Amino acid sequence: MHEIIDKLVLYFQFPFVRYAMITGTLIALCSSLLGVTLVLKRFSFIGDGLSHVAFGAIAIATAMNLTNNLFLVLPVTIICAIILLCSGQNSKIKGDAALAMLSVGTLAIGYLILNVFSSSSNLAGDVCTTLFGSTSILTLSMTDVWLSGILSALVVVVFLVFYHKIFAITFDEDFMTATGVKSKAYNLILATTIAIVIVVAMNLVGALLISALVIFPALSAMRVFKSFRAVTICSVFVSVICAALGILISILAGTPVGSTIVAVDIAGFLLFSLVGKIISRG
Amino acid sequence: MPETIQETLNTEALISCQNLTLGYEGKIVINDLSFIVNHGDYLCITGQNGSGKSTLMKTLLGLKTPMSGQIIWGNGIKATEIGYLPQQTQIQKDFPATVREVVYSGLINRTGLRPFYTIAEKAIAEKNMRKLGIGSLAGRCYRELSGGQQQRALLARALCATRKILLLDEPVAGLDPQATLELYTIIKTLNDEGITIIMISHDIDNSVSFASNVLDIGAQQSTDIMKQNKE
Repeated sequence: MHEIIDKLVLYFQFPFVRYAMITGTLIALCSSLLGVTLVLKRFSFIGDGLSHVAFGAIAIATAMNLTNNLFLVLPVTIICAIILLCSGQNSKIKGDAALAMLSVGTLAIGYLILNVFSSSSNLAGDVCTTLFGSTSILTLSMTDVWLSGILSALVVVVFLVFYHKIFAITFDEDFMTATGVKSKAYNLILATTIAIVIVVAMNLVGALLISALVIFPALSAMRVFKSFRAVTICSVFVSVICAALGILISILAGTPVGSTIVAVDIAGFLLFSLVGKIISRG
Repeated sequence: MPETIQETLNTEALISCQNLTLGYEGKIVINDLSFIVNHGDYLCITGQNGSGKSTLMKTLLGLKTPMSGQIIWGNGIKATEIGYLPQQTQIQKDFPATVREVVYSGLINRTGLRPFYTIAEKAIAEKNMRKLGIGSLAGRCYRELSGGQQQRALLARALCATRKILLLDEPVAGLDPQATLELYTIIKTLNDEGITIIMISHDIDNSVSFASNVLDIGAQQSTDIMKQNKE
Protein backbone atom coordinates (compact mmCIF):
# COMPACT_ATOMS: atom_id res chain seq x y z
CA MET A 1 0.00 0.00 0.00
CA HIS A 2 2.83 2.30 0.97
CA GLU A 3 4.56 1.62 -2.33
CA ILE A 4 1.46 2.49 -4.29
CA ILE A 5 1.09 5.83 -2.55
CA ASP A 6 4.77 6.61 -3.05
CA LYS A 7 4.46 5.83 -6.72
CA LEU A 8 1.37 8.05 -7.06
CA VAL A 9 3.04 10.92 -5.21
CA LEU A 10 6.02 10.58 -7.54
CA TYR A 11 3.82 10.66 -10.62
CA PHE A 12 1.74 13.59 -9.43
CA GLN A 13 4.87 15.70 -9.11
CA PHE A 14 4.85 15.92 -12.88
CA PRO A 15 2.51 18.71 -14.01
CA PHE A 16 1.34 16.80 -17.11
CA VAL A 17 0.06 13.95 -14.97
CA ARG A 18 -1.93 16.40 -12.87
CA TYR A 19 -3.31 18.09 -15.96
CA ALA A 20 -4.19 14.77 -17.54
CA MET A 21 -6.05 13.80 -14.40
CA ILE A 22 -8.01 17.07 -14.47
CA THR A 23 -8.87 16.73 -18.17
CA GLY A 24 -9.80 13.11 -17.77
CA THR A 25 -12.31 13.84 -15.04
CA LEU A 26 -13.67 16.87 -16.92
CA ILE A 27 -14.24 14.78 -20.02
CA ALA A 28 -15.94 12.10 -17.94
CA LEU A 29 -18.15 14.75 -16.38
CA CYS A 30 -19.45 16.24 -19.60
CA SER A 31 -19.82 12.95 -21.45
CA SER A 32 -22.03 11.58 -18.66
CA LEU A 33 -24.25 14.69 -18.65
CA LEU A 34 -25.64 13.89 -22.07
CA GLY A 35 -25.56 10.13 -21.55
CA VAL A 36 -28.92 10.13 -19.78
CA THR A 37 -30.60 11.90 -22.69
CA LEU A 38 -28.96 9.69 -25.31
CA VAL A 39 -29.91 6.47 -23.54
CA LEU A 40 -33.50 7.59 -23.01
CA LYS A 41 -33.92 8.85 -26.55
CA ARG A 42 -32.69 5.46 -27.83
CA PHE A 43 -29.61 7.05 -29.31
CA SER A 44 -27.09 4.95 -27.39
CA PHE A 45 -25.17 4.17 -30.52
CA ILE A 46 -24.91 7.72 -31.72
CA GLY A 47 -21.68 8.18 -29.79
CA ASP A 48 -20.20 5.21 -31.57
CA GLY A 49 -21.34 6.39 -34.99
CA LEU A 50 -20.10 9.92 -34.46
CA SER A 51 -16.73 8.77 -33.20
CA HIS A 52 -16.26 6.81 -36.40
CA VAL A 53 -17.06 9.97 -38.31
CA ALA A 54 -14.47 11.76 -36.21
CA PHE A 55 -11.99 8.98 -37.02
CA GLY A 56 -12.60 9.51 -40.73
CA ALA A 57 -12.08 13.24 -40.29
CA ILE A 58 -8.86 12.65 -38.35
CA ALA A 59 -7.60 10.46 -41.18
CA ILE A 60 -8.26 13.24 -43.67
CA ALA A 61 -6.59 15.78 -41.39
CA THR A 62 -3.56 13.53 -41.06
CA ALA A 63 -3.35 13.04 -44.81
CA MET A 64 -3.54 16.82 -45.24
CA ASN A 65 -0.79 17.27 -42.63
CA LEU A 66 -2.84 19.71 -40.54
CA THR A 67 -1.04 20.84 -37.40
CA ASN A 68 -4.15 20.72 -35.26
CA ASN A 69 -6.77 18.32 -36.55
CA LEU A 70 -9.45 19.59 -34.16
CA PHE A 71 -10.37 22.42 -36.51
CA LEU A 72 -11.41 19.93 -39.17
CA VAL A 73 -12.69 17.13 -36.95
CA LEU A 74 -15.02 19.25 -34.82
CA PRO A 75 -17.04 20.88 -37.63
CA VAL A 76 -17.35 17.61 -39.56
CA THR A 77 -18.57 15.74 -36.50
CA ILE A 78 -21.02 18.51 -35.59
CA ILE A 79 -22.52 18.47 -39.08
CA CYS A 80 -22.95 14.69 -38.98
CA ALA A 81 -24.52 14.88 -35.51
CA ILE A 82 -27.02 17.45 -36.76
CA ILE A 83 -27.90 15.30 -39.77
CA LEU A 84 -28.40 12.23 -37.58
CA LEU A 85 -30.32 13.82 -34.72
CA CYS A 86 -32.42 16.26 -36.66
CA SER A 87 -33.50 14.15 -39.63
CA GLY A 88 -35.86 12.39 -37.20
CA GLN A 89 -38.42 9.84 -38.26
CA ASN A 90 -39.34 11.49 -41.52
CA SER A 91 -36.34 10.45 -43.56
CA LYS A 92 -36.41 7.53 -45.97
CA ILE A 93 -33.59 5.70 -44.24
CA LYS A 94 -34.45 5.06 -40.60
CA GLY A 95 -32.23 6.30 -37.78
CA ASP A 96 -30.33 3.13 -36.93
CA ALA A 97 -29.68 2.18 -40.54
CA ALA A 98 -28.43 5.70 -41.33
CA LEU A 99 -26.19 5.53 -38.30
CA ALA A 100 -24.77 2.13 -39.22
CA MET A 101 -24.14 3.27 -42.77
CA LEU A 102 -22.42 6.45 -41.70
CA SER A 103 -20.26 4.86 -39.03
CA VAL A 104 -19.01 1.92 -41.08
CA GLY A 105 -18.56 4.07 -44.15
CA THR A 106 -16.47 6.72 -42.46
CA LEU A 107 -14.40 4.11 -40.62
CA ALA A 108 -13.53 2.34 -43.88
CA ILE A 109 -12.83 5.53 -45.81
CA GLY A 110 -10.73 6.87 -42.94
CA TYR A 111 -8.55 3.76 -42.80
CA LEU A 112 -8.27 3.77 -46.59
CA ILE A 113 -7.11 7.38 -46.66
CA LEU A 114 -4.60 6.75 -43.87
CA ASN A 115 -3.12 3.82 -45.75
CA VAL A 116 -2.92 5.58 -49.08
CA PHE A 117 -1.75 9.04 -48.04
CA SER A 118 -0.10 8.79 -44.64
CA SER A 119 3.61 9.45 -44.44
CA SER A 120 3.82 8.09 -40.89
CA SER A 121 6.25 5.26 -40.25
CA ASN A 122 4.06 3.76 -37.55
CA LEU A 123 0.67 3.52 -39.24
CA ALA A 124 -0.67 0.63 -37.17
CA GLY A 125 0.27 2.46 -33.97
CA ASP A 126 -1.43 5.66 -35.11
CA VAL A 127 -4.63 3.84 -36.01
CA CYS A 128 -4.61 1.92 -32.76
CA THR A 129 -4.21 5.13 -30.74
CA THR A 130 -7.07 6.80 -32.57
CA LEU A 131 -9.35 3.81 -32.09
CA PHE A 132 -8.52 2.88 -28.50
CA GLY A 133 -7.11 6.11 -27.06
CA SER A 134 -3.64 6.99 -25.92
CA THR A 135 -1.73 3.93 -24.74
CA SER A 136 -0.40 6.03 -21.91
CA ILE A 137 -1.90 9.06 -20.22
CA LEU A 138 1.47 10.74 -20.58
CA THR A 139 1.13 11.16 -24.33
CA LEU A 140 -1.65 13.73 -24.02
CA SER A 141 -0.27 17.00 -25.36
CA MET A 142 -0.66 20.32 -23.55
CA THR A 143 -2.88 21.71 -26.34
CA ASP A 144 -5.18 18.70 -25.96
CA VAL A 145 -5.45 19.39 -22.26
CA TRP A 146 -6.40 23.05 -22.69
CA LEU A 147 -8.84 22.44 -25.52
CA SER A 148 -10.50 19.62 -23.62
CA GLY A 149 -10.81 21.82 -20.57
CA ILE A 150 -12.42 24.71 -22.44
CA LEU A 151 -14.81 22.50 -24.43
CA SER A 152 -15.83 20.58 -21.30
CA ALA A 153 -16.63 23.81 -19.52
CA LEU A 154 -18.71 24.89 -22.52
CA VAL A 155 -20.69 21.63 -22.45
CA VAL A 156 -21.40 21.99 -18.73
CA VAL A 157 -22.61 25.57 -19.15
CA VAL A 158 -24.87 24.63 -22.09
CA PHE A 159 -26.30 21.74 -20.12
CA LEU A 160 -27.07 23.86 -17.06
CA VAL A 161 -28.67 26.65 -19.09
CA PHE A 162 -30.84 24.28 -21.13
CA TYR A 163 -31.47 21.67 -18.43
CA HIS A 164 -35.28 21.97 -18.43
CA LYS A 165 -35.43 22.09 -22.21
CA ILE A 166 -33.24 19.01 -22.47
CA PHE A 167 -35.55 17.21 -20.09
CA ALA A 168 -38.61 18.22 -22.11
CA ILE A 169 -37.11 17.24 -25.45
CA THR A 170 -36.01 13.89 -24.05
CA PHE A 171 -39.35 13.09 -22.46
CA ASP A 172 -41.64 14.23 -25.26
CA GLU A 173 -40.42 16.11 -28.29
CA ASP A 174 -43.86 16.16 -29.99
CA PHE A 175 -45.47 17.80 -26.98
CA MET A 176 -42.77 20.46 -27.01
CA THR A 177 -43.29 21.21 -30.70
CA ALA A 178 -47.08 21.10 -30.41
CA THR A 179 -47.10 23.62 -27.58
CA GLY A 180 -45.14 26.13 -29.60
CA VAL A 181 -41.56 25.56 -28.47
CA LYS A 182 -38.89 25.55 -31.14
CA SER A 183 -37.75 22.01 -30.46
CA LYS A 184 -35.69 21.96 -33.68
CA ALA A 185 -33.41 24.63 -32.26
CA TYR A 186 -32.92 22.64 -29.07
CA ASN A 187 -32.24 19.48 -31.06
CA LEU A 188 -29.58 21.44 -32.90
CA ILE A 189 -27.99 22.55 -29.63
CA LEU A 190 -28.14 18.97 -28.36
CA ALA A 191 -26.53 17.58 -31.52
CA THR A 192 -23.75 20.16 -31.43
CA THR A 193 -23.02 19.47 -27.77
CA ILE A 194 -22.93 15.72 -28.35
CA ALA A 195 -20.48 16.18 -31.21
CA ILE A 196 -18.23 18.33 -29.02
CA VAL A 197 -18.29 15.69 -26.28
CA ILE A 198 -17.41 12.93 -28.74
CA VAL A 199 -14.46 14.81 -30.22
CA VAL A 200 -13.11 15.78 -26.81
CA ALA A 201 -13.57 12.31 -25.35
CA MET A 202 -11.74 10.72 -28.29
CA ASN A 203 -8.49 12.05 -26.87
CA LEU A 204 -9.03 10.14 -23.68
CA VAL A 205 -10.56 6.80 -24.62
CA GLY A 206 -10.37 6.62 -28.40
CA ALA A 207 -13.03 6.29 -31.05
CA LEU A 208 -14.24 2.79 -30.29
CA LEU A 209 -14.68 3.21 -26.56
CA ILE A 210 -16.51 6.55 -26.35
CA SER A 211 -19.97 5.01 -26.20
CA ALA A 212 -18.98 3.31 -22.96
CA LEU A 213 -18.06 6.64 -21.38
CA VAL A 214 -21.40 8.12 -22.44
CA ILE A 215 -23.69 5.17 -21.75
CA PHE A 216 -22.39 3.30 -18.69
CA PRO A 217 -22.71 6.04 -16.05
CA ALA A 218 -26.26 6.85 -17.20
CA LEU A 219 -27.29 3.19 -17.18
CA SER A 220 -25.72 2.68 -13.75
CA ALA A 221 -27.57 5.67 -12.29
CA MET A 222 -30.86 4.54 -13.84
CA ARG A 223 -30.66 1.23 -11.95
CA VAL A 224 -30.98 3.03 -8.64
CA PHE A 225 -32.49 6.50 -9.02
CA LYS A 226 -35.96 7.45 -10.16
CA SER A 227 -35.97 11.13 -10.98
CA PHE A 228 -34.28 12.73 -13.95
CA ARG A 229 -32.33 15.11 -11.76
CA ALA A 230 -31.08 12.40 -9.40
CA VAL A 231 -30.12 10.17 -12.34
CA THR A 232 -28.20 13.03 -13.98
CA ILE A 233 -26.35 14.02 -10.81
CA CYS A 234 -25.57 10.40 -9.94
CA SER A 235 -24.29 9.57 -13.42
CA VAL A 236 -21.94 12.55 -13.25
CA PHE A 237 -20.50 11.32 -9.95
CA VAL A 238 -20.23 7.73 -11.19
CA SER A 239 -18.51 8.86 -14.36
CA VAL A 240 -16.02 11.15 -12.63
CA ILE A 241 -15.15 8.59 -9.96
CA CYS A 242 -14.77 5.78 -12.49
CA ALA A 243 -12.59 7.93 -14.74
CA ALA A 244 -10.37 9.04 -11.85
CA LEU A 245 -10.02 5.45 -10.63
CA GLY A 246 -9.34 4.24 -14.16
CA ILE A 247 -6.62 6.82 -14.70
CA LEU A 248 -4.97 5.99 -11.35
CA ILE A 249 -5.03 2.27 -12.11
CA SER A 250 -3.64 2.82 -15.56
CA ILE A 251 -0.77 4.86 -14.13
CA LEU A 252 0.02 2.22 -11.52
CA ALA A 253 -0.46 -0.84 -13.68
CA GLY A 254 0.74 0.67 -16.94
CA THR A 255 -2.47 -0.31 -18.72
CA PRO A 256 -4.07 1.68 -21.59
CA VAL A 257 -6.14 4.56 -20.15
CA GLY A 258 -9.27 4.14 -22.26
CA SER A 259 -9.90 0.48 -21.73
CA THR A 260 -9.05 0.73 -18.01
CA ILE A 261 -11.65 3.47 -17.51
CA VAL A 262 -14.25 1.45 -19.38
CA ALA A 263 -13.44 -1.63 -17.29
CA VAL A 264 -14.02 0.42 -14.12
CA ASP A 265 -17.30 1.72 -15.63
CA ILE A 266 -18.44 -1.86 -16.21
CA ALA A 267 -17.62 -2.73 -12.61
CA GLY A 268 -19.61 0.33 -11.51
CA PHE A 269 -22.56 -0.75 -13.61
CA LEU A 270 -22.57 -4.23 -12.06
CA LEU A 271 -22.41 -2.71 -8.58
CA PHE A 272 -25.34 -0.37 -9.29
CA SER A 273 -27.38 -3.17 -10.84
CA LEU A 274 -26.91 -5.16 -7.66
CA VAL A 275 -27.88 -2.20 -5.46
CA GLY A 276 -30.92 -1.57 -7.65
CA LYS A 277 -32.04 -5.19 -7.28
CA ILE A 278 -31.64 -5.05 -3.50
CA ILE A 279 -33.60 -1.79 -3.25
CA SER A 280 -36.49 -3.03 -5.39
CA ARG A 281 -36.78 -6.13 -3.22
CA GLY A 282 -36.49 -4.39 0.11
CA MET B 1 -70.53 29.99 -49.09
CA PRO B 2 -67.04 31.34 -48.55
CA GLU B 3 -68.25 34.62 -47.07
CA THR B 4 -70.07 33.00 -44.21
CA ILE B 5 -67.10 30.83 -43.36
CA GLN B 6 -64.89 33.91 -43.43
CA GLU B 7 -67.36 35.72 -41.22
CA THR B 8 -67.63 33.00 -38.59
CA LEU B 9 -63.88 32.79 -38.64
CA ASN B 10 -63.36 36.41 -37.77
CA THR B 11 -66.00 36.50 -35.07
CA GLU B 12 -65.88 33.29 -33.12
CA ALA B 13 -64.28 30.28 -34.80
CA LEU B 14 -61.27 29.02 -32.93
CA ILE B 15 -60.07 26.69 -35.64
CA SER B 16 -61.30 26.60 -39.18
CA CYS B 17 -60.14 23.77 -41.43
CA GLN B 18 -60.77 24.25 -45.11
CA ASN B 19 -60.59 21.45 -47.69
CA LEU B 20 -57.91 19.52 -45.84
CA THR B 21 -56.33 16.59 -47.61
CA LEU B 22 -54.01 14.59 -45.40
CA GLY B 23 -51.80 11.60 -45.91
CA TYR B 24 -48.30 10.26 -45.78
CA GLU B 25 -45.87 8.98 -48.37
CA GLY B 26 -48.19 10.08 -51.16
CA LYS B 27 -51.16 8.06 -49.84
CA ILE B 28 -54.27 10.07 -49.14
CA VAL B 29 -55.91 9.21 -45.82
CA ILE B 30 -58.37 12.06 -45.45
CA ASN B 31 -59.76 13.80 -48.49
CA ASP B 32 -61.27 17.28 -48.64
CA LEU B 33 -62.26 17.72 -45.02
CA SER B 34 -63.70 21.02 -43.79
CA PHE B 35 -64.90 21.82 -40.30
CA ILE B 36 -64.99 24.57 -37.71
CA VAL B 37 -64.28 24.42 -34.00
CA ASN B 38 -65.73 27.17 -31.82
CA HIS B 39 -64.72 28.42 -28.39
CA GLY B 40 -65.91 26.11 -25.65
CA ASP B 41 -66.66 23.22 -28.00
CA TYR B 42 -66.08 19.63 -26.94
CA LEU B 43 -65.30 17.98 -30.26
CA CYS B 44 -64.85 14.25 -30.40
CA ILE B 45 -63.14 12.80 -33.45
CA THR B 46 -64.03 9.17 -34.02
CA GLY B 47 -63.14 6.69 -36.70
CA GLN B 48 -61.58 3.30 -37.25
CA ASN B 49 -57.91 2.44 -37.12
CA GLY B 50 -56.11 3.93 -40.07
CA SER B 51 -58.85 6.44 -40.79
CA GLY B 52 -56.42 9.26 -40.13
CA LYS B 53 -57.52 10.49 -36.71
CA SER B 54 -53.99 10.83 -35.37
CA THR B 55 -52.78 12.34 -38.64
CA LEU B 56 -55.53 14.94 -38.40
CA MET B 57 -54.55 15.80 -34.85
CA LYS B 58 -50.86 16.03 -35.69
CA THR B 59 -51.75 18.35 -38.54
CA LEU B 60 -53.82 20.55 -36.25
CA LEU B 61 -50.82 20.73 -33.93
CA GLY B 62 -48.46 21.66 -36.72
CA LEU B 63 -46.43 18.45 -36.40
CA LYS B 64 -47.38 17.50 -39.96
CA THR B 65 -48.16 19.64 -42.97
CA PRO B 66 -51.36 18.99 -44.93
CA MET B 67 -51.05 17.82 -48.55
CA SER B 68 -53.53 20.54 -49.46
CA GLY B 69 -56.03 22.81 -47.79
CA GLN B 70 -55.43 25.01 -44.78
CA ILE B 71 -55.98 25.36 -41.07
CA ILE B 72 -56.75 28.84 -39.77
CA TRP B 73 -56.48 29.59 -36.08
CA GLY B 74 -58.87 32.35 -35.15
CA ASN B 75 -58.76 35.18 -32.66
CA GLY B 76 -55.01 35.32 -32.45
CA ILE B 77 -54.49 32.09 -30.55
CA LYS B 78 -50.79 31.39 -30.38
CA ALA B 79 -49.01 28.07 -30.66
CA THR B 80 -47.85 28.57 -27.08
CA GLU B 81 -51.46 28.49 -25.88
CA ILE B 82 -52.18 24.92 -26.95
CA GLY B 83 -52.24 21.96 -24.60
CA TYR B 84 -51.66 18.46 -25.93
CA LEU B 85 -52.10 15.02 -24.42
CA PRO B 86 -50.29 12.63 -26.77
CA GLN B 87 -50.43 8.87 -26.76
CA GLN B 88 -47.77 7.42 -24.51
CA THR B 89 -44.55 6.52 -26.23
CA GLN B 90 -42.36 3.53 -25.53
CA ILE B 91 -39.67 5.87 -24.22
CA GLN B 92 -41.91 7.22 -21.47
CA LYS B 93 -42.72 3.79 -20.07
CA ASP B 94 -39.28 3.40 -18.50
CA PHE B 95 -38.36 7.05 -18.14
CA PRO B 96 -36.80 7.98 -14.80
CA ALA B 97 -38.69 11.14 -13.85
CA THR B 98 -40.89 12.25 -11.01
CA VAL B 99 -44.47 13.36 -11.62
CA ARG B 100 -43.41 16.88 -10.69
CA GLU B 101 -40.65 16.91 -13.32
CA VAL B 102 -43.09 15.73 -15.98
CA VAL B 103 -45.79 18.27 -15.08
CA TYR B 104 -43.28 21.12 -14.86
CA SER B 105 -42.10 20.38 -18.39
CA GLY B 106 -45.48 21.68 -19.57
CA LEU B 107 -44.31 25.13 -18.49
CA ILE B 108 -41.50 25.20 -21.06
CA ASN B 109 -43.46 27.27 -23.56
CA ARG B 110 -43.70 30.09 -21.02
CA THR B 111 -40.01 30.33 -20.29
CA GLY B 112 -38.54 31.37 -23.64
CA LEU B 113 -34.78 31.49 -23.20
CA ARG B 114 -34.94 31.72 -19.41
CA PRO B 115 -33.16 28.65 -17.99
CA PHE B 116 -35.35 28.21 -14.89
CA TYR B 117 -39.01 28.36 -13.82
CA THR B 118 -40.30 31.33 -11.82
CA ILE B 119 -42.15 30.90 -8.53
CA ALA B 120 -45.40 31.93 -10.22
CA GLU B 121 -44.93 29.27 -12.92
CA LYS B 122 -44.21 26.59 -10.35
CA ALA B 123 -47.38 27.60 -8.51
CA ILE B 124 -49.41 27.00 -11.70
CA ALA B 125 -47.96 23.51 -12.02
CA GLU B 126 -48.63 22.69 -8.35
CA LYS B 127 -52.19 23.98 -8.69
CA ASN B 128 -52.80 21.79 -11.75
CA MET B 129 -51.45 18.73 -9.95
CA ARG B 130 -53.82 19.32 -7.02
CA LYS B 131 -56.71 19.97 -9.39
CA LEU B 132 -56.22 16.58 -11.04
CA GLY B 133 -55.80 14.82 -7.73
CA ILE B 134 -52.14 13.90 -8.16
CA GLY B 135 -50.72 16.45 -5.71
CA SER B 136 -49.74 13.69 -3.31
CA LEU B 137 -47.95 11.80 -6.08
CA ALA B 138 -45.70 14.73 -7.07
CA GLY B 139 -42.53 13.11 -5.77
CA ARG B 140 -43.32 9.64 -7.09
CA CYS B 141 -41.62 8.09 -10.10
CA TYR B 142 -43.75 8.50 -13.23
CA ARG B 143 -43.15 4.99 -14.56
CA GLU B 144 -44.39 3.41 -11.31
CA LEU B 145 -47.83 5.01 -11.51
CA SER B 146 -50.97 3.29 -12.75
CA GLY B 147 -52.17 4.04 -16.26
CA GLY B 148 -54.85 6.41 -15.02
CA GLN B 149 -52.42 8.31 -12.81
CA GLN B 150 -49.96 8.63 -15.70
CA GLN B 151 -52.69 10.11 -17.91
CA ARG B 152 -53.56 12.60 -15.17
CA ALA B 153 -49.92 13.62 -14.92
CA LEU B 154 -49.79 14.17 -18.68
CA LEU B 155 -53.10 16.06 -18.52
CA ALA B 156 -51.70 18.28 -15.76
CA ARG B 157 -48.69 18.93 -17.98
CA ALA B 158 -50.98 19.85 -20.88
CA LEU B 159 -52.89 22.24 -18.60
CA CYS B 160 -49.62 23.96 -17.71
CA ALA B 161 -49.18 24.75 -21.39
CA THR B 162 -52.66 26.16 -22.04
CA ARG B 163 -55.67 27.98 -20.69
CA LYS B 164 -57.68 27.80 -23.88
CA ILE B 165 -57.58 24.56 -25.82
CA LEU B 166 -56.68 20.93 -25.18
CA LEU B 167 -56.06 18.31 -27.84
CA LEU B 168 -56.28 14.76 -26.55
CA ASP B 169 -55.16 11.71 -28.52
CA GLU B 170 -56.94 8.59 -27.24
CA PRO B 171 -56.70 9.65 -23.59
CA VAL B 172 -58.40 6.54 -22.21
CA ALA B 173 -56.52 3.93 -24.27
CA GLY B 174 -55.58 1.04 -22.02
CA LEU B 175 -57.40 2.34 -18.92
CA ASP B 176 -59.84 0.28 -16.85
CA PRO B 177 -63.54 1.35 -16.83
CA GLN B 178 -63.21 3.13 -13.48
CA ALA B 179 -60.19 5.21 -14.55
CA THR B 180 -61.81 5.85 -17.93
CA LEU B 181 -64.91 7.34 -16.34
CA GLU B 182 -62.81 9.43 -13.95
CA LEU B 183 -60.75 10.84 -16.80
CA TYR B 184 -63.85 11.64 -18.87
CA THR B 185 -65.35 13.43 -15.87
CA ILE B 186 -62.18 15.49 -15.42
CA ILE B 187 -62.13 16.42 -19.10
CA LYS B 188 -65.80 17.42 -18.93
CA THR B 189 -65.08 19.62 -15.91
CA LEU B 190 -62.28 21.34 -17.79
CA ASN B 191 -64.64 21.89 -20.73
CA ASP B 192 -67.24 23.39 -18.39
CA GLU B 193 -64.55 25.78 -17.15
CA GLY B 194 -64.26 27.12 -20.69
CA ILE B 195 -61.42 25.12 -22.19
CA THR B 196 -62.08 23.95 -25.74
CA ILE B 197 -61.59 20.20 -26.09
CA ILE B 198 -60.67 18.26 -29.21
CA MET B 199 -60.43 14.56 -28.48
CA ILE B 200 -59.73 11.47 -30.52
CA SER B 201 -61.49 8.39 -29.26
CA HIS B 202 -62.20 4.78 -30.10
CA ASP B 203 -64.76 4.62 -27.39
CA ILE B 204 -67.74 6.08 -29.26
CA ASP B 205 -70.49 5.42 -26.68
CA ASN B 206 -68.79 7.20 -23.82
CA SER B 207 -67.26 10.06 -25.74
CA VAL B 208 -70.51 10.86 -27.53
CA SER B 209 -72.32 11.21 -24.24
CA PHE B 210 -69.80 13.82 -23.07
CA ALA B 211 -69.00 15.65 -26.31
CA SER B 212 -70.91 18.56 -27.76
CA ASN B 213 -69.90 17.71 -31.33
CA VAL B 214 -68.76 14.52 -33.02
CA LEU B 215 -66.67 14.35 -36.16
CA ASP B 216 -66.71 10.87 -37.64
CA ILE B 217 -63.96 10.41 -40.18
CA GLY B 218 -64.34 6.64 -40.17
CA ALA B 219 -66.98 6.77 -42.86
CA GLN B 220 -65.16 7.52 -46.09
CA GLN B 221 -65.17 11.19 -47.03
CA SER B 222 -67.73 12.05 -44.42
CA THR B 223 -67.14 15.65 -43.56
CA ASP B 224 -70.20 16.41 -41.54
CA ILE B 225 -70.28 17.32 -37.95
CA MET B 226 -73.21 15.78 -36.21
CA LYS B 227 -74.63 18.20 -33.71
CA GLN B 228 -75.64 16.51 -30.52
CA ASN B 229 -79.16 17.45 -29.57
CA LYS B 230 -78.94 17.12 -25.87
CA GLU B 231 -81.59 18.69 -23.69
